[in-house]
Amino acid sequence: MKREKQIPFRIGEATPRCDARTKVTGQERYAADYYGDHFFWAGVKRAGIPHGKLIKVHTEDAKKLKGVVAVLTSEDVPGSNRVGIIRGDQPVLADKKICYAGDPLALVIAENKETLQAALALITFDHEPLPGVFDVEEALRKDAPLVHEDSPGGNLLRLVSVETGKGASAFDECDVIVEGVFETPFQEHAYLETEAGWAYLDDSGQLVVVTATQTPFRDRNEMAPALGIDVEKIRVIVPYLGGAFGGKDGITIQCLLGLSALHTGGVPVKMWWGREESFLASVKRLSARMRYRLGVKRDGTFHALECRAYFDTGAYAGLGETVMTLGLEHAGSAYRIPNVSIKGSCVYTNNAVGGPFRGFGVTQVTAAMERIVDMAAQKLSVDPLAIRRVNAVERGDKNCIGVTLTHSTGIKKCLAALSDHPLWREREGWKMKAGQFKKRGVGIACMAHAMGYPAVVPDFANAKIEFTGEGRFRIYAGIVDMGQGNASTYAHIAGALLGQEASAFELIQPDTERTLPSGSSSASRTTYVYGNALVISVEDLKKKILDKALRLFSTAQAEELMLVPGGIRHRKDKKKVSLKEVAGLFDESERFYTAYFRSPAATEMLDRIYLGPHIIFSYGAHLAYVEIDTLTGCIEVTGYLAVTDAGNVINPQAYEQQIQGGIAQGIGFALSEDYKAANGHADTNSLATYIIPTAMDVPDMLSVAADNAEETGPFGMKGIGEISISGPVPAIANAVADACGIRIGRNPITAENIFRALWEQNDQERPR
Amino acid sequence: MKISFVLNGKKRTADVQPDMRVVDLLREHLHLTGTKEGCGSGECGACTILVDGESRLSCLMLAAQLEGKRITTIEGLSKGKRLHPVQEAFVESGAVQCGFCTPGMVMTAVDMLSRNPDPSRDEIREGISGNLCRCTGYQKIVDAIEAAAKDKSR
Ligand code: FES
Ligand code: FES
Repeated sequence: MKREKQIPFRIGEATPRCDARTKVTGQERYAADYYGDHFFWAGVKRAGIPHGKLIKVHTEDAKKLKGVVAVLTSEDVPGSNRVGIIRGDQPVLADKKICYAGDPLALVIAENKETLQAALALITFDHEPLPGVFDVEEALRKDAPLVHEDSPGGNLLRLVSVETGKGASAFDECDVIVEGVFETPFQEHAYLETEAGWAYLDDSGQLVVVTATQTPFRDRNEMAPALGIDVEKIRVIVPYLGGAFGGKDGITIQCLLGLSALHTGGVPVKMWWGREESFLASVKRLSARMRYRLGVKRDGTFHALECRAYFDTGAYAGLGETVMTLGLEHAGSAYRIPNVSIKGSCVYTNNAVGGPFRGFGVTQVTAAMERIVDMAAQKLSVDPLAIRRVNAVERGDKNCIGVTLTHSTGIKKCLAALSDHPLWREREGWKMKAGQFKKRGVGIACMAHAMGYPAVVPDFANAKIEFTGEGRFRIYAGIVDMGQGNASTYAHIAGALLGQEASAFELIQPDTERTLPSGSSSASRTTYVYGNALVISVEDLKKKILDKALRLFSTAQAEELMLVPGGIRHRKDKKKVSLKEVAGLFDESERFYTAYFRSPAATEMLDRIYLGPHIIFSYGAHLAYVEIDTLTGCIEVTGYLAVTDAGNVINPQAYEQQIQGGIAQGIGFALSEDYKAANGHADTNSLATYIIPTAMDVPDMLSVAADNAEETGPFGMKGIGEISISGPVPAIANAVADACGIRIGRNPITAENIFRALWEQNDQERPR
Repeated sequence: MKISFVLNGKKRTADVQPDMRVVDLLREHLHLTGTKEGCGSGECGACTILVDGESRLSCLMLAAQLEGKRITTIEGLSKGKRLHPVQEAFVESGAVQCGFCTPGMVMTAVDMLSRNPDPSRDEIREGISGNLCRCTGYQKIVDAIEAAAKDKSR
């Protein structure tokens, strides 16, 4: 089904993305695709041991190798040699200590890849091994080895606690109490494009870095002090990313690549981590251990919640403490709970490095909370959907940290749509049809996900649009498109306002010299915040275009004119002039329109939680059908429904892309993904040992948008990027419990785990 | 060593090292960066190309093995501005997100449809199971291949 040409973008109409064509033909140039006639390769020697005192790095042999341009160690880093957006605790090249196996010890620049590998193999180092710490609770013991001796809290990076109502003492007033311990492992992003970039010093001496990052402007600010360069002397250019999901939220290769470019005499240098290196050295979703207690009244209302969570940030702080904090803010999922006691510890270990991953801490707590909700329903013998409907928040309610929900709050709508859906209504019949040695179960889960930054971090964007001399529109997208399609949605928004179709637009991807600072591509914020700014700039531009166009019509009323694809038409006499003609009336200085938008943020209760609370949330209610083979423990997700309140939908195709992609990653997290770093060694360092879903592992998914406008969003939308990833773990775990009565507290729920649990269950049932 | 082959319909010769991989020949030396590398060890399918019409992983092949072969990369699939029906279907169905898996996925789909012009959804899923995609959850890719198959059989 081909779209007819010349149809302007319409809000709510499924529309192919603007970037699809260049991607599907192989023309799109990613950071990994930069080569030249003359360039060097840079690569990193990594520690390979989890903890030790670094004594000396031996680079002499590598330096002697023919074709080696330079070998650098921490002594060659001109600046502070530290990055880390909050704590600044991570070295560009390790100097004193090795804190995890991926720590970079030396940087090699060579004429080709082969020489680079040979040189890296020649580098050795002296160190004094230190005992490592690999478990969050052990790391908090008094006698635990310290990951960072200078950390004020020892291995405790941050403690966050929230108490509301009577806190834990309210458990005395509950009729039923359920408790459980839940764990989620490190999760690898496994974007198909591993970390890559290209850098050079241009003629003016500016360091130009082309790289795959979610945070171009922030990176520049981090690189400058770390490398001792003036921030104005760094330019970061970001093509479309080959996936990121949070894993490129911050510094990965930027400093190493930038440092390399300072040593090549102007020759461009390329760095591209292999898959194994990416597994070893990229950030992971923080693993978590969560002890939950939920107290419920006999009528099913939630009365008290206790959550004790330990998040493993690994060797460096990164954004770990903010990941945990956002999790804790969602510890009670999408429910009203008057009395809560939440405490979370974000802890250093010598495992991997923790960091953002789609869902950002919420995925972890939702995995726990939504299972304990099912356990409560079971204990009260009520339907898991009914108990959720009783407790789901509405606008005006307080969420679990006691903040009043003043924006659109559509979880009840989601649950209503789920309850009306055939997959819910026909579940019992479906379960009964299970074949021999099969058991079927259906599970549900709710979720909430905050949009944007926490209150004390200004969340803003600066839109910029140009009306070109040819009468086309150039949008300068200051927020990275890591694959989610926000850039394309900017064209969709502008196109809907200007009555234009895709070919009228050119999208400029982030470039610190051309586009304006607009924050990170993260936090489900990109379309909301930039879209809001863009709407303002486009309205201004539109007004100007119509005003100018009056000169070409025999009317003095701009209202009588309308924009049509490629031109402007008089509403009545149908006279049409082309946009190119109108563009000719613009001075160069009049072509650019910019606008600033700052997202609404909480103004009260700023001290309720670290960095302050959020006020706008998306919601979801998911349902999973699973079938278990009782002979082997094999589990298959055979059906999946996601009902989502992410406000109004701008482009249903792009919306579904986010829903489906998030669910698939969630299914991977639920059933197979488990980044293992036993004693700090990366054991799952390939796509053969770390298993992400293939097309055979994911069912066709149904997506229903609960129609629920967010008044402050562009065209009523709110963030869609993350909400769906938090559903699959609890929905599938609940379905497994429904199928065969076993509750497995740690994901992934593998065939082996199920088999073992079934075995134990049989063992108990067997007469003795 | 010198090798000659047909690349996207044109005769080519290249001087290659015996240990040079096809993916490097294409990307680094011939500047055809549409073919992607996602793992370098045969696990992701991003580097898929067609060799004599059959899908092959270019990260696992040595350039020398191309001698006398007919190679198609993603760049050679469309005819001028006209997309191949599989490419067209990927665009229209929303099967492209970050797009890094896309070239390999498209090449695999083209090969699959040449052998099985009317696959079921399950057969499509099986057919692309060697190609990993981290963004889409595969559903729209399956939709696209299904649509392309219908388009062709018409
Ligand atoms: S790069 Fe060839 S299979 Fe992954
Ligand atoms: S579209 Fe990103 S990996 Fe497939």
